Amino acid sequence: MTNNSKTDHWLVRATTIRWLWRIFIVVLALTVLAQLVLPVKGYFGIDGWFGFGAVYGFLACLGMVLVAKALGVVLKREENYYQDRNSDD
Amino acid sequence: MTELLPPALILLAGALLTLFTRGHLRTAVILAAPLATLWAIWQVPDGVVATYTFIDYQVEPVEGSALRRLFATIFAIMAFGGGLFAFRQARTGELAAAHAYAAGAIGVCFSGDLITMFVWWELMALFSTLVVWCGGTSASKAAGIRYAIMHLLGGIILKVGIDGIAVQTGSVDIRPMLATDFATWMVLIGVLLNAAAPPVSAWLADAYPEASPTGSVFLSAFTTKTAVLALILLFPGEPVLIGIGLYMVMYGILYALLENDARRILAYSIVNQVGFMVCAIGIGTELALNGAAAHAFAHIIYKALLFMSAGVVVYRVGKSKCTDLGGLFRTMPLTTICGIIGALAISGFPLTSGFTTKTMISQAAANESLVVVYMLLAAASAGVFLHAGIKFPWFVFFQKDSGLRPKDAPWNMAAAMVLFSALCILIGVFPETFYKLLPYSLEYEAYSASKVIFYLQLLLFSGLAFFLLLPLMRRTRTISLDTDWLWRVALYRIAIVTSAQLGAVGAWLGRLSDDSLAALKSRAESRFGEASENARAGVFARAWTIGTTALWIAVLLTAYVLFYIV
Repeated sequence: MTNNSKTDHWLVRATTIRWLWRIFIVVLALTVLAQLVLPVKGYFGIDGWFGFGAVYGFLACLGMVLVAKALGVVLKREENYYQDRNSDD
Repeated sequence: MTELLPPALILLAGALLTLFTRGHLRTAVILAAPLATLWAIWQVPDGVVATYTFIDYQVEPVEGSALRRLFATIFAIMAFGGGLFAFRQARTGELAAAHAYAAGAIGVCFSGDLITMFVWWELMALFSTLVVWCGGTSASKAAGIRYAIMHLLGGIILKVGIDGIAVQTGSVDIRPMLATDFATWMVLIGVLLNAAAPPVSAWLADAYPEASPTGSVFLSAFTTKTAVLALILLFPGEPVLIGIGLYMVMYGILYALLENDARRILAYSIVNQVGFMVCAIGIGTELALNGAAAHAFAHIIYKALLFMSAGVVVYRVGKSKCTDLGGLFRTMPLTTICGIIGALAISGFPLTSGFTTKTMISQAAANESLVVVYMLLAAASAGVFLHAGIKFPWFVFFQKDSGLRPKDAPWNMAAAMVLFSALCILIGVFPETFYKLLPYSLEYEAYSASKVIFYLQLLLFSGLAFFLLLPLMRRTRTISLDTDWLWRVALYRIAIVTSAQLGAVGAWLGRLSDDSLAALKSRAESRFGEASENARAGVFARAWTIGTTALWIAVLLTAYVLFYIV
């Protein structure tokens, strides 16, 4: 994705990606700042806090990725695991 | 008179006709049968249409209600969209099996009693196995056998439960119940097995991705969602379903995050999405049941759309591993865009169908003050965006440049994807029209500013998390073990060892019997054998003198008399 050659698709050029990140960060900031104008009515108090959705969403994903990573240590096998298991007997 | 017949019969007849037609006529049958079925579905009035007596039980082959029509409608739409997607690429056998499978699902929708439901239920198991087998590879053959065993087992459990209920209550009517005794538990377990509930969720991700590129589109729709309908009809408000649903939601996310195969990622996310519905049925309020039904409807469309876009990739490239794919957006713009629309819809992005249906379930949890459930569902919504919303399109269509430059979708596949993309957006933009089809007429406002901002924050920051954590998610050529390890490896090992042991015991017994037979034979020969060159005749084979014989008779008679007296 870091190919900067002019021959490659415009979407994967480094300059485009830099711009996409900038736009993304502005949009992220706007969704949080929007709460100042249109207050989020939480159901339980805590979910109405400023930026709660943003923090909760980010932390939930972080948690899930880490849990999946830990599970992977135990559960991951190379992709022919079952074929090899059943043919060597 | 026509309304007395189950609408499913039209599709079943269409499936049969597909086998005997060729060319344009076959195309016409494939596309017209689902539409005719859809028409018939909307002719079914509310309530029981016809009642027959079958071995002392009241059988009701056709019973209508808003809920039943809603599910039958989406199944018919799915049969049409799937037919359009597949008719030029799939084999005739697969198309016929897929439509017969869809007919089974529609048959379940209108079943007024448990016996009728069971018949259609088993028809689905049968024809879905055929669809898996149409994958045509040795892997799909093996997966199909495992799939069939699992579903036949589920069918038996369900049948035990149905018989129990019939004996206890004297009625096989479909009505709400709770899992309180053996029979009701058996029914619940039998239905949950089809919903890919724990501990046997593995069957789904094992079988569906092994089907053909077109077959997995059909498979994604019917079995699990018929189970959702059965749960709404039979177990609304059963508390155990909340826990099972939440487990499925998290299971789907974690396994999808670990997975490398694009179609298997989508298969795990079916379990995740059905988890939302199962959880809603457990909550059991009118809003929650509306949410479960609406989410099932929306889910079938966007999940089929996702499987279609993955199917086009497999059809064009012959590969489905994320490690082999990437950069396909260059030559497959339409498939990419449709895949992204499906991915946004499954993530519940505002203006897509997922948002207008999934938030209903969250709202229902909030209304019942289920804080933990609400929070876990919100976390799961973020997780869906992570594993299906971004991961799927990112690794398949963007990521690195794999160097693959396949052509975009054939016209019929493209048409089906565009149709389903449009439905995803229509339900997202005009939810009120869609809400009129739901079983309970309730006021529900999908687009409140508060909700939209909360979900935008939740989802967009999940997106941020994805791109920041990308190094942690590098794809590896691996699979993940699941409970099916127990029967695919452990049980297999036990079987191998046991049969080896049994063989050893058998050989020992064989040797033992050979030896003892030989010994017996030589003894018999010494007693009864004819005279030969090197031996006298056996003692009982000789000619005895009359005196000896008379003496022996006397001895035997005396012994007999003595025994008699004593």
